[in-house]
Amino acid sequence: MVNTIDARHHPCLGRLPGRPDAFLLLLAWFDSGSMLKRLLLRRSILIPGMGGVASMNKFVLMVNGEKVEVQAQPEMPLLWVLRDKLKLTGSKYGCGIAQCGACTVHVNGSPMRSCVLPVSAVSGPVTTIEGLAEGGELHPLQNAWIQHDVAQCGYCQAGQIMSAAALLAKNKNPDDDDIDQAMAGNYCRCGTYIRVRKAIHTAAAYYDADTSSTKVTGAGQ
Amino acid sequence: MSLSSISRRNLFRVSALAGGGLMLQLNMPLTALAEDSGTLVQSKELNVYVQIDTDGQITIYSSIPEMGQGIKTTLPMIIAEEMGARWEDVVVLDAPLDAGRYGLQGAGGSTSVPRNIDTMRRMGASAREMLIGAASLLMEVEREDLDARESKVIHSSGESMTFGQLAAVAVRQPVPDPEMLSFKDPRSYTIIGTSIGGVDNLVIVSGQSQFGIDVDVPGMKFATYARCPRIGGRATAFNAAEIKAQPGVTDAFILQPDARAGKASMGFLDGLADLRGGVAIVGDDTWSVLAAREKLQVTWDESGASQDSWEQMVEQAKRIAAQGGGEVRLDSASVAPAFAQADNRVLEAFYQFPYVAHVCMEPMNATAHFKQGDAGIPDTMEIWLGSQFPGQVKEIANNMFGIAPENVTVHAKRMGGGFGRRAVHDFAAEAMAISHRIGVPVKLTWTRPDDIHNDFFRVGGFEQMKAAIDSDGKLAAWDQHYIGFSKQGKPVIGSGLRGNEFSMVALDNARVTQSMMDIATPCGAWRAPGSNTNAFVEQGFIHELAVLAERDHLEFLLELMGEPRWLSEGDVNALNTGRAIDVIKLAAEKAGWGKTLPAGTGLGLAFYFCHAAHVAEVAQVSVDADRNYRVEKVTVAVDVGPIVNHSGAMSQVQGSVIDGLSTMAGQQITMENGEIQQDNFDQYPVMRIAATPQIDVHFIESDNPSTGLGEPALPPLAPAVTNAIYAATGVRIRSMPLSELGFKLV
Repeated sequence: MVNTIDARHHPCLGRLPGRPDAFLLLLAWFDSGSMLKRLLLRRSILIPGMGGVASMNKFVLMVNGEKVEVQAQPEMPLLWVLRDKLKLTGSKYGCGIAQCGACTVHVNGSPMRSCVLPVSAVSGPVTTIEGLAEGGELHPLQNAWIQHDVAQCGYCQAGQIMSAAALLAKNKNPDDDDIDQAMAGNYCRCGTYIRVRKAIHTAAAYYDADTSSTKVTGAGQ
Repeated sequence: MSLSSISRRNLFRVSALAGGGLMLQLNMPLTALAEDSGTLVQSKELNVYVQIDTDGQITIYSSIPEMGQGIKTTLPMIIAEEMGARWEDVVVLDAPLDAGRYGLQGAGGSTSVPRNIDTMRRMGASAREMLIGAASLLMEVEREDLDARESKVIHSSGESMTFGQLAAVAVRQPVPDPEMLSFKDPRSYTIIGTSIGGVDNLVIVSGQSQFGIDVDVPGMKFATYARCPRIGGRATAFNAAEIKAQPGVTDAFILQPDARAGKASMGFLDGLADLRGGVAIVGDDTWSVLAAREKLQVTWDESGASQDSWEQMVEQAKRIAAQGGGEVRLDSASVAPAFAQADNRVLEAFYQFPYVAHVCMEPMNATAHFKQGDAGIPDTMEIWLGSQFPGQVKEIANNMFGIAPENVTVHAKRMGGGFGRRAVHDFAAEAMAISHRIGVPVKLTWTRPDDIHNDFFRVGGFEQMKAAIDSDGKLAAWDQHYIGFSKQGKPVIGSGLRGNEFSMVALDNARVTQSMMDIATPCGAWRAPGSNTNAFVEQGFIHELAVLAERDHLEFLLELMGEPRWLSEGDVNALNTGRAIDVIKLAAEKAGWGKTLPAGTGLGLAFYFCHAAHVAEVAQVSVDADRNYRVEKVTVAVDVGPIVNHSGAMSQVQGSVIDGLSTMAGQQITMENGEIQQDNFDQYPVMRIAATPQIDVHFIESDNPSTGLGEPALPPLAPAVTNAIYAATGVRIRSMPLSELGFKLV
């Protein structure tokens, strides 16, 4: 059986009212945890199989522009499909409850917490940090991240950059409030937030320069 | 050199690399490199750090584990500087674990720079002398007329040869006598004292960096390990048939507690990390074993389990504080009369700080591969993990399984945070025990709840403070009773006052006592152990005294420092009140101390000396009627001597301020009947980006030895903020975290 999007396999089907797929997607998307918290409080892991015999299904995903087939339980979060099955380890496990954002990837261009997104609910092409650079050229954010020496331990940085990339895709000139809002779902335990902001401004300036050729990139420290 | 010029250079490098694809050759096996590259020098000491290829690439090995403190960039900068290398020509690789060649390969206590800086300078200078020797031969000129810079040896005539051209001959030059080495004039530095980005930045931003959790070994299984919720309990039975029948599960079994895992030659780690009893589930991927674990039902034997209760600890501490007493650490004869004197004003205060967890962003994990030996072939263990002291893992394998250290291979990976947690290797013992049982490679990944429940916590504690102010508004007596925690009578890491606390070394009218309560909860090093809590008490209480004395806090604090003096001349770990005064004055001046602020906004000052660093911080905080507080700005003045890498130093200070704020704002670990009550980030929040203050950092690069900066900027943050809240509102904060008092960081 091949599933690309099939809400019937959604593990929370029996638990959530209305349209569970849309509901969970909403949670995974930019949720800082309040809804999930109530749902999943004190769980070591999220969304265990909900009754019945869990079965391995074949899923066809588009990941970083490549079509891939994976055998997985429908409720397996996209994060573990990426990390364990596809060996794309750039997206990180941090909490499993959509609190820390280390697992952030794009689905259909939107930032999603892949640790709570069942593979069966993946509704479109997936981009991970490994696929952010295009045609061998780093994304402006990746360059800006290097320019500002943002990373300390580096573990959360893929998630930070993916959230920032989704912001810049929508808003080429974000102010600090826009940035704080877009990055609210991403923890940095090392405390790189100041340079995260700077790097996003620098990358935004790059876009600006690209279109108007009037602004110099690289704000520096 | 400004960061922006460095950045342009980095961009160029990145673009060049990106043009060839993002796959970098940084994972080339070291053995291959060692075989391929000409060894620069015959000295055993030198060739382990520096290699030059004939194409001019300079490879510098980094021997200290990297956890985000930037050491993998900082130490190679020092070698490159003394060599006369161009930083663009330098590639930094992780050195293999080899204590015989590199000495202690460990990171902790903000010691990596002071412990290694002289060795790094010697390695670089020695390489330079050999390159100059080679150039002297090949160019047929006098050594005295040669100089090394920009990866070239340059003659006074302007003629030059590149390091690459010289490499083959340099290899055969005699190794200079270390005593005869000369070092560059700091005024001619082109690398030290600049801002250089992390050497792994490109692999990090492109998702290619390999942390322990990313390791992939052929044939590897995945494991989760469920320990008794009450620390110290053991598993006696579980629903094995059901668990083994779960999809993707290949095995499940009980591991018994094993005290041999906790034995360690490094004293502060000894006895800390026994293997805890529990149930291991092994399977084909992480998710399968985690999903199976949800169905796990275990019978626990809790006869030896912890009964610790935070609420009971608080009650007991209050009783002890009221009784007084305790072990006397310091007692000046002038204290009792000062309290008895009628016209002295006396203040008493009870301070409290909680247990906190490390919550490294990368949860604990390790991948182990045990191979059983055969006739004549010994057992071997291979292990991949992030560790602050990877050499310790060899000892654990030896203690637990009798595998000789030479048959244990440790691959130390970049750490997704350390903060002291990865000094303890319980997770490595678990992974090795699981692989030992099943005989195939296995990756053990802790869940976040595992990571919080099984931490080696920053210890909580209490201090009963009392002081007298005389009629001139001066400190007449100081009485400090520390109430902390011990294990089998021995204070746990971070509990109790260090011998060099300000109150113990700089006041001549002080009494200091200490009481300990025995606990079972495991405690370990957490960024600036001891200091990160005592700073809050000491610097908060000094502010209370300034208020009582109706004195300006800045003036009062400077008066306590007294005359500029080094309490133990030449010892960087001894307070130098002159350096203290300098940073306090600078932070105050830069923060605009004394300026008029809007109602509800205040400035708070704190100073702390630890890890050989003098750091003062001023926080500007606004508080509204609902106790929402915003830390608008933190001004930091730091003296750790000359800065090696300004970008890295700035990162450490910013990170310490944010870590300090995050911790004081809402972090607290509590336990009830031995069970940790917080599970995940929803109950143990880390500060998010919106609360980030402006952080204004000033370095006094005094003419003292360079010392470390991973920890010392954290302790003064909490008292600076609570003192500012007092200035803004008149509310005195004597316990952490602030969320428990109804204060909300915004």
